[in-house]
Amino acid sequence: MDQLLMNSGFPILSVLIFLPLAGALLLIFVKSEQLCRYLALVVTSLVALLSLRLIAGFDITTAKFQFVEQHTWIKAFNINYIIGVDGISILLILLTTLIMPLCVLASWSYIKTRVQTFMACLLIMETAMIGVFVALDLVLFYILWEAMLIPMYLLIGIWGGPRKIYASIKFFLYTLAGSILLLVGIIWLYATNNYSFFIPGMMWQNYPITSQIYLFLAFFLAFAIKVPMFPFHTWLPAAHVEAPTAGSVILASILLKMGTYGFLRFALPITPEATVILMPYVLWLSIAGIIYGGFTALAQSDMKKLIAYSSVGHMGFVTLGIFVLNIRGIEGAILQMVNHGITTGALFLCVGMIYERTHSRELRSATGVGKYMPIYITFLAFFSLSSFGFPGTNSFVGEFMIIAGAFQFDTVLHKFPYLALASIPGAVLAAAYMLRMLQKIIWGGTNNPDQSWITDLNSREIVVLAPFLFFVLWIGLGPQPFIDLMHTSVTQLLQQFDAHQAHSIAAAGSLFQ
Amino acid sequence: MLFLPELTLLGVGLVFFFLSLGEPSSAKVKNVAIALSALVVLVTLMCLKSEGELFYKAYRVDFFSQLFKFLIALATLIVLIFSDQLPGVKEKIQSEYYLFLFVAVLGLMMLVSSVELLAIFVSLELSSFAVYIMVPLRNKASGAGTQVEAGIKYLLFGVMATGFMLFGMSYIFGLTGSTQLFVIADKLNLSSTQPAAVVAIVLVLAGFFYKLALFPLHFWVPDVYEGAANETTAFIAAVPKLAAVALLIRIVALINTETEVIVNILVVCALLSMFYGNLSALVQKDAKRLLGFSGIAHAGFVLVGLLTLENTGYAAAMYYIIGYVFMNLACFLVICTVSDKGRNVAIEDFTGLHKRAPLLAITLTVGLFALAGIPPFVGFYGKFQLLVEAFKQGHLLLVILAAVNTAIAIYYYLSIVRVTFCTDSENRGAIISSRKNNVLSVLLIVIIIVMGVLPSKFMELTTTAVQAVM
Repeated sequence: MDQLLMNSGFPILSVLIFLPLAGALLLIFVKSEQLCRYLALVVTSLVALLSLRLIAGFDITTAKFQFVEQHTWIKAFNINYIIGVDGISILLILLTTLIMPLCVLASWSYIKTRVQTFMACLLIMETAMIGVFVALDLVLFYILWEAMLIPMYLLIGIWGGPRKIYASIKFFLYTLAGSILLLVGIIWLYATNNYSFFIPGMMWQNYPITSQIYLFLAFFLAFAIKVPMFPFHTWLPAAHVEAPTAGSVILASILLKMGTYGFLRFALPITPEATVILMPYVLWLSIAGIIYGGFTALAQSDMKKLIAYSSVGHMGFVTLGIFVLNIRGIEGAILQMVNHGITTGALFLCVGMIYERTHSRELRSATGVGKYMPIYITFLAFFSLSSFGFPGTNSFVGEFMIIAGAFQFDTVLHKFPYLALASIPGAVLAAAYMLRMLQKIIWGGTNNPDQSWITDLNSREIVVLAPFLFFVLWIGLGPQPFIDLMHTSVTQLLQQFDAHQAHSIAAAGSLFQ
Repeated sequence: MLFLPELTLLGVGLVFFFLSLGEPSSAKVKNVAIALSALVVLVTLMCLKSEGELFYKAYRVDFFSQLFKFLIALATLIVLIFSDQLPGVKEKIQSEYYLFLFVAVLGLMMLVSSVELLAIFVSLELSSFAVYIMVPLRNKASGAGTQVEAGIKYLLFGVMATGFMLFGMSYIFGLTGSTQLFVIADKLNLSSTQPAAVVAIVLVLAGFFYKLALFPLHFWVPDVYEGAANETTAFIAAVPKLAAVALLIRIVALINTETEVIVNILVVCALLSMFYGNLSALVQKDAKRLLGFSGIAHAGFVLVGLLTLENTGYAAAMYYIIGYVFMNLACFLVICTVSDKGRNVAIEDFTGLHKRAPLLAITLTVGLFALAGIPPFVGFYGKFQLLVEAFKQGHLLLVILAAVNTAIAIYYYLSIVRVTFCTDSENRGAIISSRKNNVLSVLLIVIIIVMGVLPSKFMELTTTAVQAVM
């Protein structure tokens, strides 16, 4: 229990978790659609404001879990309600709380049917997502992790595009099937750890190596599907394409992060030896994802699909950063998780705004709008540049750190940067497909459809996009405060890891040659 | 006092016997039935704490039996409330229908208290025969001829299972010279490695496998579920299963922990049940058939708790079956309400339900997600408990395969949710759900969520109950 720190009398995390849920319950009694929208906006904004308190009270000099709350929940199984934040999760929580009000705003006019249910789904999602990031009890984590599927399924299945049925069921089945073995792993951990589900208590326990490998594989299946890593990515394009804009944004910005968060929170500390043994495979899968995502995105004519495949590539960078297992890589990965959330979320919003006007996601029908939508393409240009890691934008910092980490990993192991070199084409491909999209949308060609009727962004849409741009530039130009937040936790994670691993890293190196 | 719930039921049965002499309207009979059923619930609640033995120790009243009696009464009341005026049963014979229903309940209540083989047999038959008759009482308009076939099938399979059970009982008597469960438990421990003892116990279990719809005695399920009136199916799908689990717990407690053969047989039955039920449910079009197959799979899950041969495992099984009854009733409530004049409900009939009856749609969705074992509903917590208990006893493969089954099952539950929530109503009319149905829906949803999120209190209940068995 020494990993916990109670530095706040006010149960801020519980408030963040339960406020949206209370909002969702309140929605049941609201009859007017407009009132539903306002209520959801107020609740999510309130949560966002309250979450800022986390930064104010966060102590960056300790790697312990902070703002901890602890209550007995189910005594017979020693299940407790324990929640806390550390440097790894704090940015993801803030990302979640800050994006949700924007999702509500983005759905303001897009969602016309069953507004009440829609907003309730969004709010329940928020509860579950924040809960997943702060849960320090495995059962609590698993319950929220699974419970998230229901509102997300409904978001895609009810308000989705033409193939929503196929996409929503595929999403549900894929993710559920992935986390089934996670449940078995959780029960194994429970039985092995003196019947306790306390997550920090399970870390660094020197489990037998074969158990670790099975456990790692169970974790891997669940998290790799969520990330999604190549070759478990096939649900993602379907889900992204069919989901309504807010659904796509939540999916891209937050849900995908849960997979990589899972690797950092569970796979590394609980199964360190297995991580080292299986690391090469994960790394090469990441590289495969980067390249595959890039090439596939290049071939898309559907804007949402293009961004969905680009996500596969970007998330490949994140897993690459995590599994090179050095400070630059992991910090870069966490930063890149946030960056991807911001940039891809914003890109989905941009596509959604075009879709609201042209009712098509085809690149063909959106060509040449630059002349009529100057504000829109300004935003779009920034986000596109950010997406392929243009210097000065947020993704540049993240990708740079990850590739630097990969170089460092290579030099420690075998003098030649196989891994870093292999990931470079991904960055080039990203530039190619984003610029292609940008070029077509802004200028297009000689046979552009007539776009003169199209209207530029209204003030609500500008309000939605502006915060994203703010963070794109802030993280791009001054990333230090963000890295400071995570630095102590990541250092601590790696120290513990190295203490366990000093010898096995070298052994694993031989797998590469 | 010890026998009060049973006596009350006997009285209720008599009331309906006299009612059946006249020709009262179905609304009137219904009100009487609900009122009397509520009375039974109250009586069982009053007798919750009573303890004692009756009839030369053949009949044991303990917290375990009383809790089950309360649940049986409660489930019956719920079925009666949402079954409205029995649109699926001929109007003329509704009094008789209730008569048989309450006799069946009486049999089940006696069953959970029986600790002697003959008492078990008599009460099991009492409940079974009443239900055998209830199945073909469906009217021709809604049943379209399937009800008679269902009735015959139910009867024949039931008689066969009873035959097995009697045969097993005769072996047990031969081996131990007693019909008292407690005496048998002592004596059988010495000789349980004998093949005869194994055969005897397995055969006795078979009788209850039939009630619980467990593989390999599940064959009656799809046809009976489909052929019986919706209200009857709701009753069959929920109430007898409670009693079956109660008795299974009493009998499995006889097994010596060292008898691996029986445990292995149970493991195989559990797995086959889950796979058979879930895989067959994937292709069903009729809502009741689908729930029937899903019930087979759930019976497999219950068995996972029993085969741990530990008190905590029994408690988990008990928790699960209680949860199952509520989730199942939530689904049947919707089926009965959606049904047009008592006809069967195809999955398509739920089209656009979110618009036609929002509350029903939510009830159905909660029920289905709970059955699928998605948190935060009771289905998840029940499964979780069972898996943990099985894991503790070293059944790793069973745990993994059971978990895999959850993933298979989600597909067919989702396919109903999809129709309910993600389709337009296509000019299907709104469904009027009475106020008491609405209250009941909300109540069931609350129970399903509370049992899933705050299970501590309920677990204490099941644990104390199971301890009372020993």
